[in-house]
Amino acid sequence: MDFLTVLISRANYWAYIILMMIGLYAMIAKNNLVKKIVGMSIFQTAVILFYVSIGAKQGATIPILLHGHAPETGGNLAHAATGHGTAAVQAVNYINPLPHVLMLTAIVVGVATLGVALALAIKVYKEYGTLEENEINQRLRRG
Amino acid sequence: MKLIGKLTIFLCGTLLIVFANKFPDFGDPHSPAATHLSPYFIEHTMADTSVPNIVTSVLADYRGYDTMFETTVILAAGLACFFLLRLPEEEEKEIYFRHVPTGVTIRIEECGAAPEDSEVFQRIDSQWVPCDIIIRSTSRLLIPFIQIFALYVVAHGHHSPGGGFQGGVVLGAAVILFAISHNLRTTVAKIGEKSAAIMSAAGVFIYAGTGALCLVLGESFLNYGALAPILGTDRVMARSHGILIVEIGVALAVMSVMIWIYYNLSSAGKQDEGL
Amino acid sequence: MIWQLDLIILVLVIVCAIAAINVKDLLSAAILLGAYSFLLCLLWAIMGAVDVAFTEATVGAGVSTVFCVAAVFHTTRRTTD
Repeated sequence: MDFLTVLISRANYWAYIILMMIGLYAMIAKNNLVKKIVGMSIFQTAVILFYVSIGAKQGATIPILLHGHAPETGGNLAHAATGHGTAAVQAVNYINPLPHVLMLTAIVVGVATLGVALALAIKVYKEYGTLEENEINQRLRRG
Repeated sequence: MKLIGKLTIFLCGTLLIVFANKFPDFGDPHSPAATHLSPYFIEHTMADTSVPNIVTSVLADYRGYDTMFETTVILAAGLACFFLLRLPEEEEKEIYFRHVPTGVTIRIEECGAAPEDSEVFQRIDSQWVPCDIIIRSTSRLLIPFIQIFALYVVAHGHHSPGGGFQGGVVLGAAVILFAISHNLRTTVAKIGEKSAAIMSAAGVFIYAGTGALCLVLGESFLNYGALAPILGTDRVMARSHGILIVEIGVALAVMSVMIWIYYNLSSAGKQDEGL
Repeated sequence: MIWQLDLIILVLVIVCAIAAINVKDLLSAAILLGAYSFLLCLLWAIMGAVDVAFTEATVGAGVSTVFCVAAVFHTTRRTTD
């Protein structure tokens, strides 16, 4: 079954597309402002899922070097790392750390922007007494 | 709107699915993303910075500019919440006290004489009263351990998962736990809004100041190797220590911005009564 | 990476996301978003992104849920969709 292999071996890519579409749909079609913010959050995590999936590597371990605890010899640490009786570090054995770094900061920035979005929602509620988009539009048209 | 939404996601989804077929296989070690820049980071991190956690060394050293401006974005988000929500302090119309020995709730109207906040008379919120002694005692027991763990996460980020962002968020979450289990007024009395603002700016200042210090010492911005004469070590260890310094700055900024956003969100800008 | 575990968690994540945008109560949506974040944290841990998993556990499942609940506390739980 060729189709099934493609489906399973790339499950992460399909899942990121589905999650991204769920978030986009919530942002476009939902009427409630907090629902739109929830959709934005889901969209953000879909992008993060995509990046982390790109970084995955078959048969590799987490990006923390083994034998990392070099003895505290001050000056010749670089020497200790390479001459510690271990082979040189191979890039194939460690998962790509670059997407992790980008996404780690993106998550924290994401929660900060979530705070700003919720602050805007609170402000809108104080002004109009509702979070529904159509009711806000009605009140704006009436003046 | 529903129809437009469905049409949009159908179009975008089809496009994405068509192009997802062209992606390299999942987990392929020879995909373009894994062959250009990251092998250098993986193979040289020990020799360059002596930090075994590659994520930390890339975060704070190789891509230091990126992280510095991300921290600035977080500070900007805290400021945006402040400017959006914060209201000027005004005289409260009604305040509530509880007479602890009898359990009677007293409402004091405008211009009434309020008793002192003491063991006998306890100020309570009008909307939501967290008075469960189990929750208060448990969180009081837990918070010191959470804070020590957060400091460990910040300091041990070189060798294990962790670092400034995670540790800062955990520290902020400890204060938020205190605010939820007691009340917002007690928390604001301990860590004021002004000190949260100053700490968040100080965190970004530590980061940018470290970079500027490297510039003063005659090397490029955020090249921690220049700090070697000040720290009294060689260049490799100086980069490791430089990473620790900027991680502390990040942790300070993230912690205080989380607390600040929570103060403003949970009280809708009044900062006297809240969740 | 264990692909069976990966598949189960991906399905659960999608279910949580659909539930979070369809539930008729904003407080439930906030809590479902927290559950969604925590499942994603498990997914990152399975895929070997330990630092991302740690950040997601503290930020997504902890602080952002508190922010959402605080916002719902000051607005309303009512929603029409």
